[in-house]
Amino acid sequence: MATKLPKVPVLIVGMGWAGGIIASELTKAGHKVVGLERGKRMKLEDYFIMHDEVRYAMRHDLMQDLSKETVTFRNNEKMTALPMRTYGSFLPGDGLGGAGKHWNGVSFRFLPYDFEIRTKTVERYGAKKIPAGMTIQDWGIKWEQIEPYFDKFEKMAGISGDAEQNLLVGKRSSPAYPTPPMKQTPSMKLFLDATTKMGYHPYNSPSANLSEPYKNPDGIERAACQYCAYCERFGCEYGAKADPVVTVIPVAEKTGNLEIRTHANVVKVLHKGNKATGVVYINTLTGEEIEQPADLVIMTSFVLNNVKLLLLSKMGTPYDPATGRGVIGKNYAYQISGGATGYYEDKEFNTYMGAGALGICLDDFNGDNFDHTDLKFIHGGNIRHGQSGNRPIANNPVPAGTPAWGAEFKKASLKYSYRTLSVSGQGSNMPWKHHYLDLDPTYKDSYGLPLLRMTYDFEDQDREMSKFLAAKSAGILKEMGASNVAPGGELKAYNITPYQSTHNTGGVIMGADPRTSAVNNYLQMWDFENVFVVGACSFGHNSGYNPTGTVGALAYRTAEGAAKYLKQGGSLV
Amino acid sequence: MSAEPAKPKDSTRRAFLKQSGIALGGIVVGGAIGGTLLRPKPKVETKIETKVQEKIVEKPVEKVVEKTVEKIVPQPVYYNQALMYFNLEQFAIAEAAAERIFPQDDLGPGAKELGAAFYIDHQLAGAWGNNSRDYMVGPFPKAEPTQGMQTKLTRKEIFALGLQALQDYSQQKYKKPFAELSAAEQDDVLKIFEAGEEVKVEGTSATAFFGLLRTATMEGIYSDPMYGGNKDMQGWKLKRYPGNQPSYFNDIEKDGFIVMEPKSLHDHMDH
Repeated sequence: MATKLPKVPVLIVGMGWAGGIIASELTKAGHKVVGLERGKRMKLEDYFIMHDEVRYAMRHDLMQDLSKETVTFRNNEKMTALPMRTYGSFLPGDGLGGAGKHWNGVSFRFLPYDFEIRTKTVERYGAKKIPAGMTIQDWGIKWEQIEPYFDKFEKMAGISGDAEQNLLVGKRSSPAYPTPPMKQTPSMKLFLDATTKMGYHPYNSPSANLSEPYKNPDGIERAACQYCAYCERFGCEYGAKADPVVTVIPVAEKTGNLEIRTHANVVKVLHKGNKATGVVYINTLTGEEIEQPADLVIMTSFVLNNVKLLLLSKMGTPYDPATGRGVIGKNYAYQISGGATGYYEDKEFNTYMGAGALGICLDDFNGDNFDHTDLKFIHGGNIRHGQSGNRPIANNPVPAGTPAWGAEFKKASLKYSYRTLSVSGQGSNMPWKHHYLDLDPTYKDSYGLPLLRMTYDFEDQDREMSKFLAAKSAGILKEMGASNVAPGGELKAYNITPYQSTHNTGGVIMGADPRTSAVNNYLQMWDFENVFVVGACSFGHNSGYNPTGTVGALAYRTAEGAAKYLKQGGSLV
Repeated sequence: MSAEPAKPKDSTRRAFLKQSGIALGGIVVGGAIGGTLLRPKPKVETKIETKVQEKIVEKPVEKVVEKTVEKIVPQPVYYNQALMYFNLEQFAIAEAAAERIFPQDDLGPGAKELGAAFYIDHQLAGAWGNNSRDYMVGPFPKAEPTQGMQTKLTRKEIFALGLQALQDYSQQKYKKPFAELSAAEQDDVLKIFEAGEEVKVEGTSATAFFGLLRTATMEGIYSDPMYGGNKDMQGWKLKRYPGNQPSYFNDIEKDGFIVMEPKSLHDHMDH
């Protein structure tokens, strides 16, 4: 029997970027907030012995413990879904700060096109351009409405980037980024020169690794990035990478209005009528079950867990792929890559140096910035050359045809360690009627609750786009003077084994219509007015960018909506 | 090494942070860096008894006389080169196989000299070998290749079975243990395991075992030396990888390849 605690006004489930931002905004406004986090507490000191490729990159020390919970996966409904037993295609973060600790810091805004993707695609190409089964829909929000929140996120994080507005992306209310762009490496200059010559529009990749010391509007001061090359899968020992642990969470705690309970794993949201009444969580240290009543519940767990919790709690209508009706679990999407590797016989680069978000990119082939009339896909991707810092276990490139081990491998891998550059498209991913998340009928987590089941595969749309982006990337590398250019191979079936991206999206998507979306454009649930569900789970599709900037913007909007709700109640739209 | 003297002379993180206004911009982040990283380095005096062959130059008033003195230079002892999981037979097979995956050649040391097999042994004894952080709940039906490894065996068990299979196959085909085969014969056996068609390993596959062996060998060559491989950072030196450096702020924009003396995590313990 659960121990029942006194009611609290605001409960946040998951203290990563979304939870941290909302906690910060609500506590600053004087609201009392309890933040539940199933992982452990983290602080800057925990990042001081980070340069360990085995512990963090190979053994995933900052990621969730799969022995307790994982997902099951199948490519299609004909297959039996089986558990992802080890990492893995994607890496959900664990502990305070969530995946916001171990991200690279690449911080884009989605395009105006993304938020009205169906309308704009039909407008330009006609309804026939959207193939049967592709379930793209507008997000119920327009660029002008969401822009101020991007601005807020970027100022909080101190995003480093160019001073001038890039004409291929949405109009910025503050054209210049809060801090100047990161330094440019010799290979980034090659990309800049080559793509300028090719008539494209290159720009410095916006970065949450600070280019210079920065004090944000909350008064948080952070040091500059040292280009130490231990970013993705690691916490930043300098606090230079924007991370909830060194930005929004301390701000919220300083108000005295935030109580963080770590090792608190929420297993159920309780509800009555059209309102949630609280949650049940398990103290993972003692096993004790605790009921925490609340007036307002804000769900900010990782994409997959948000969906799982809603399904377990029987909130919202589960998505039914047979009819296309229902919303929870709908429009799961991912990220499609298409790139190329260039080998340089006569030149070596200091690619062991770098920063997670250090790079240069272009949007000439992203969104609807180019004509798709004769192409067999919609949307596209940001094409980027990054220098995030290559580590020695993972970085052993050899030209095609070289054996994977033995004397020849050793020789080639040592030769090419610093002689390869990659240019790669981060392709968008469209949702399909038969791609979705639901509960697995067989496999259970450590509490005996069903695992989340993922039904997902790559489609022809993805194959065409990947090929297109790979060809463009290869063309750029040739212009960058590579001796040999190897375009990435053709996209086959989605395989959950090799790491690809932690940009999982959808499942609790936002929109203007309760029949086709789970939450409104404040991420307030249509069916439960005192529940907000926040994160990349709100995305109707995934764009050709990293998702964090857009998650951050949506979290700021939710914080505003939640404050409004606490004042007036009812539906916000 | 680059000609420009741009790197701080003492490039430990402590010294770097102390020196660099760029790093902190005069800001102490949450008191943490100030409190821990900038703590004065404790001074430790170590006396080592030594005798050495050494030429001593004495300089009396007018005449130079050379004298030879004997001095013993202590050899480092690698106390962690011992076994936590393998028996001696398993270790011999693993070491021989790892050496074929990354052999010694004119470029430099191979997996054996770098201690990769000790690394593998130590890793198998711990969380990785026991699949402590993996989902190990059944059932384990036959999987499609896109669904990844589906076995109830731990990595520890896969290695034990795989190494035994290498031994059995070698005995059967060459009438010798794997470790005593010629390099070419060992390569042939490993290729058969990599392909996985001729050899069955119960509960898993020869290919899956070989994949684990290859990955673990590469880790043993290039991981921080504290794990028991990458002996004396020789793997990093071979690759010209600088290990654990606190900052490349002053070098990141430079053209031309920069070779640095590597640093390990051990180098940062005195902060």
